[in-house]
Order: sequence, then C-alpha cells, then structure tokens
Amino acid sequence: MREDIIQIRWHGRGGQGAITAAKIVASAAFSSGFAGVVMTPTFGTERRGAPVLTSLKISKHKINDLSPITEPDMVVVFDHLLLKEVDVTNGLKEGGIIMINSPRPAADYSYKGMNVFTSDINSVASSVGLPPGIINTGVIGLFAKATGLLDLEPLLQAINIEFEGRNPEKNIEAARLAYENTMIGESR
Amino acid sequence: MHVIESGNVAAANGVKLARAHVVAAYPITPQTPLTEKLSEFVDAGEMDAEYIPVESEHSALSVCIAASSAGSRPFTATSANGLLYMSEQLHWAAGARLPIVMCVVNRGIGAPWTVWNDQQDAFSQRDAGWVQLFACDHQQIIDTVIQAYAIAETVSIPVMVCYDGYILSHTYMPFEIPDSDTVDGFLPAFSPEYALNPAKPCNLNTVTLPDIRPDVRGDTAPGYMEIRHNLHTDMREALNVIKTVDEKFYSIFGRGGHCFIEPYNCEDAEYIAVCIGSLSYQLRDVVDALRQDRIKIGVCGLRVYRPFPDEAIRETFKSAKGIIVLEKALSYGYEGALYADIKAALYDCDNRPFIHNYILGLGGREIKTQQLLDALRQSCTIDIPVPQWIGLKM
Repeated sequence: MREDIIQIRWHGRGGQGAITAAKIVASAAFSSGFAGVVMTPTFGTERRGAPVLTSLKISKHKINDLSPITEPDMVVVFDHLLLKEVDVTNGLKEGGIIMINSPRPAADYSYKGMNVFTSDINSVASSVGLPPGIINTGVIGLFAKATGLLDLEPLLQAINIEFEGRNPEKNIEAARLAYENTMIGESR
Repeated sequence: MHVIESGNVAAANGVKLARAHVVAAYPITPQTPLTEKLSEFVDAGEMDAEYIPVESEHSALSVCIAASSAGSRPFTATSANGLLYMSEQLHWAAGARLPIVMCVVNRGIGAPWTVWNDQQDAFSQRDAGWVQLFACDHQQIIDTVIQAYAIAETVSIPVMVCYDGYILSHTYMPFEIPDSDTVDGFLPAFSPEYALNPAKPCNLNTVTLPDIRPDVRGDTAPGYMEIRHNLHTDMREALNVIKTVDEKFYSIFGRGGHCFIEPYNCEDAEYIAVCIGSLSYQLRDVVDALRQDRIKIGVCGLRVYRPFPDEAIRETFKSAKGIIVLEKALSYGYEGALYADIKAALYDCDNRPFIHNYILGLGGREIKTQQLLDALRQSCTIDIPVPQWIGLKM
C-alpha cells in the first residue's frame, strides 16, 4: 500500500544468524537516515537447520504495518540448498533482487525478470578464520554490493557493535571480502 | 540514545531505568526474552535488584506482593495462561493496594495451545482491579513502563503494561532509551506510606467482616464493601493521575500527550476506527488509503482500558457518524468487550453514532492490510450485524 517502503526478505536456516544479519542491516539503515526500520522474524516451530525467514522493512518514514512481507523487493538466501526447499521468489516483485550464498556464479541461476547476485560466503568465512557456519556477516557484504542501498562503511560499523567481544575483526573482514567477491548475473 | 531492539528489550530497559528492586518471573513465550534480559542486567551488576527465579507465575506475583508490602519496587511479567495462573494474586494485589508493575505480553489463551498474539489474556482480567495500559510501539513500551510506576505509586493500585506478543515483543525497531538521571528526576525513589517492619508487627488484609467495626486502636475501620468502594473511586481518580503523569513525562521527555486515546486523522472524521495496541498503527496506513478515496475516516488507539476513559471517548467520538471497533478478544456469547464498553459510553450522547464490531487476529491469525481496508470501507458504506470476523476461514 505504501510505496516508500523497501521490503527485504531473509531466508536462512535456524542457527545461521539471519535475524542478527537483518538486525545489523536495520541498524546501519537507521544510522544512514532511514527513520523507519522494522525487522519482523517469522516465528513458528523452527528448529536448528530448518528453513526460517525474517522480514526487514526500510523507509525514510515511520513504518506502521508490522506484518510479514508478502511482496519483497529483494530476497537474501543464506544457503543455496534452500532453493530446493523453499520458493524464495514467492511474491518477489518484477525486477527484484535475489542474493544467494552460493559457490556457483550468478550466471548459473535463471530467474525471469529478476537480478541475481551470488557470493561464495562459506569459502570467504573460512578464509578469514571464522568457525564453520558463521556466514551471516559475509551475507551482509553480499547485500551491500548487490543492493547498493547502504554504504559498506555503516554496515561494517554495525557489525563491529553487534559482535563486540566476539571476533568483530574477522566478521568485518568476511563482509568486506564477500562484498568484493560478489558476482552479478545478467538480468533476464 | 537510540537503539534497534525488540519490544521485550524495550520493556526490560524501562524496568531497569525505573530501578525496580525485585524481579520475580516465570518464563513463558513470548514474554521470556524480557525476563532473560532483566536477569542479564542483574547478573552484570547493571541493575541493583534481587532476581528471584520462581517455580510458577502464581509465585512470581506472590513474591511481588511480599516485596511491595515491604516497601520495595517490584516487577514481574507474563503472558496468556501464565497471567491466568496469577489470577488469584491479581485480585489480591489490587485489593491490598500494592503498586506493582507487570508487563503482559499479549498472547492467545489455551486450549488449544497457541503462543501467538491476541488480547484475550489481558481482557479476561479486566475486572481484577488493575490499571491496564497498552503500548503501540517500542517507544511507548519503554515510556509506559516508567510511567506505570509513577501512576501505581500515586494511586496505590497495581498497573499492567500490555503489548502485543511477537508483533511487538519480537519485532525490532528503533526507540530511544532515555537518560538514567532524567528518569530519576521523573520517577523518584519509592517511599511508601507504610511498609512491613519487623519492629512494628501488624496484620494486613485479614478477614474483614461484612459490616464496619472498630479496629485494634478503637477507630472505625472500613468493611469489605467500603474497601471495594475506595478501590473503585481511586481507580476513577487514576484517570486524572494518568493524565498528570503523562503531562509531566511530556514536559521532561517531549513524548506522549495522548494518554487515553491516540488519534490519527480524526479532526474532521465522519468515521473513526478504534482498537487497542499495535493494530492502531497498522490502521493508519489504511486510513490514509481511504482518505485518498475521499472517505473521511480516522483511527484511534486506546491506551487505557481500565480505568475506562469514557469521557475522553465521548469527547473524541461525539460528532462522528460511525465508530468501528476492532478487537483481538471476544466476550463469548455476546460481543467484543471493548465494543460493549464503547457503546455504553456513547449511550448518553445526543447524536449517537452507529457502532460496528470486528473480531480479528485471534491466536495470531495474520491481519492483512487489504482485509482492514475492505472492512473499514464496508463499515463506511452499509449497515452490518455485529460482530463481524476478519480473516475467518470457514
């Protein structure tokens, strides 16, 4: 109904830190002048490893509708294997952005009318020395490059605050590397 | 300082700033992260309070009753069946006139089990003698928790601060955490008129005979009925106190100013939608859309359910053609309780508006903006029987 709201849906697995990643993006958006940021985790009977999703809405103005996103402008996929389990493009607007943590190049994916971006975040995270499975900060780098919505710097600052006392340097490095390694598919 | 956190964390920060001395709580979804955050504050030494892990909600409120009787500032929080398990002590706390503050993170009641949001839990305890305040967003949660202590300690009546489970409790949005010194200026340390004191033993709330009688000092003591009458009159007086506290809060923090009813686009409104909690903000977008179709409609969020702000309701609704009450609760066998209350408040108006009633969102049923748009448009157009249901799949 309101056209000033950018809607981002995050698909992850329980335990992958999708909520933390969305919260970091929310913080960076707020400090970048978006007065309205609302992050709504969708709760059900989620378990570690099972598909989960989180809604993030961003606007220059206060957001009143806290309901989950049904027509996202962009979707973030924490694990390319989720593509086999979940219809991540459900409701995605024409020309929407799909960001996938995948070892495969973006050109390998074909979503009609959509823009696909990939980054091999598992490798990135491992190369900076993060424990296996800690990929949510790398995803933020992918997000920054793919959307151009926010500058990388406020995102890295938000990571630094969120991960205070828990390896902020490695997480920042993962985000920076994933940003640099993001591959762009052709719009089809 | 602005932060982006969940509604539960907003509440926990309010409790911390209010300098609660005793926290006693039993975890229940979706309240759990609130009490977890408080236990972290206490553990880290950020909050000078005793955290008492109890074995049930009944015990949680019993601990708060004891702590408050001893003159300290207690806090507890619960949801749904946890609130119902407290029910006996809810009435006790109100009858004993103890200024306890409790967050109720609104959730549907089992059976069947649900962990998701509606407001049947708080509504079902409407007549327990507690002040019931409702918040629409995180800023209101933290601000209302702080104000709740000022209200409770002025009128010696316990206060519930209610907010929607998940929709607010687990959603992240920006809010400002006020400065601790400024809050101390607004809410001074609690100094009760009397408190349990081992040096001066006394009985409190013993068996009270039906009629008045002399007490141990020979003074005429009120009977049970006088005590109930006093609770009622003080509850009505609480309306003035809520207003005074809101004005003071506004003058210091610059937030508030609508302590009973928060109106949106109501100045020239022919139709006004009314509800309690976060839904009233969601309806603002709906009202904006209907205004584009030249339907003169506004929305009001009710911030206080008990004491009922009937004068403010008459003042706000008196020139409207129609009132549309949307509720996440139901008085089974009749209609929405809020609808019935609003209808009664408007009975004496010269120009009685028509009033519609919609039941929605029970047990977390999603409330789609389009459904709200359709419902409000319908109510502005045709007469319909009540209550109507939104989102019912039958």
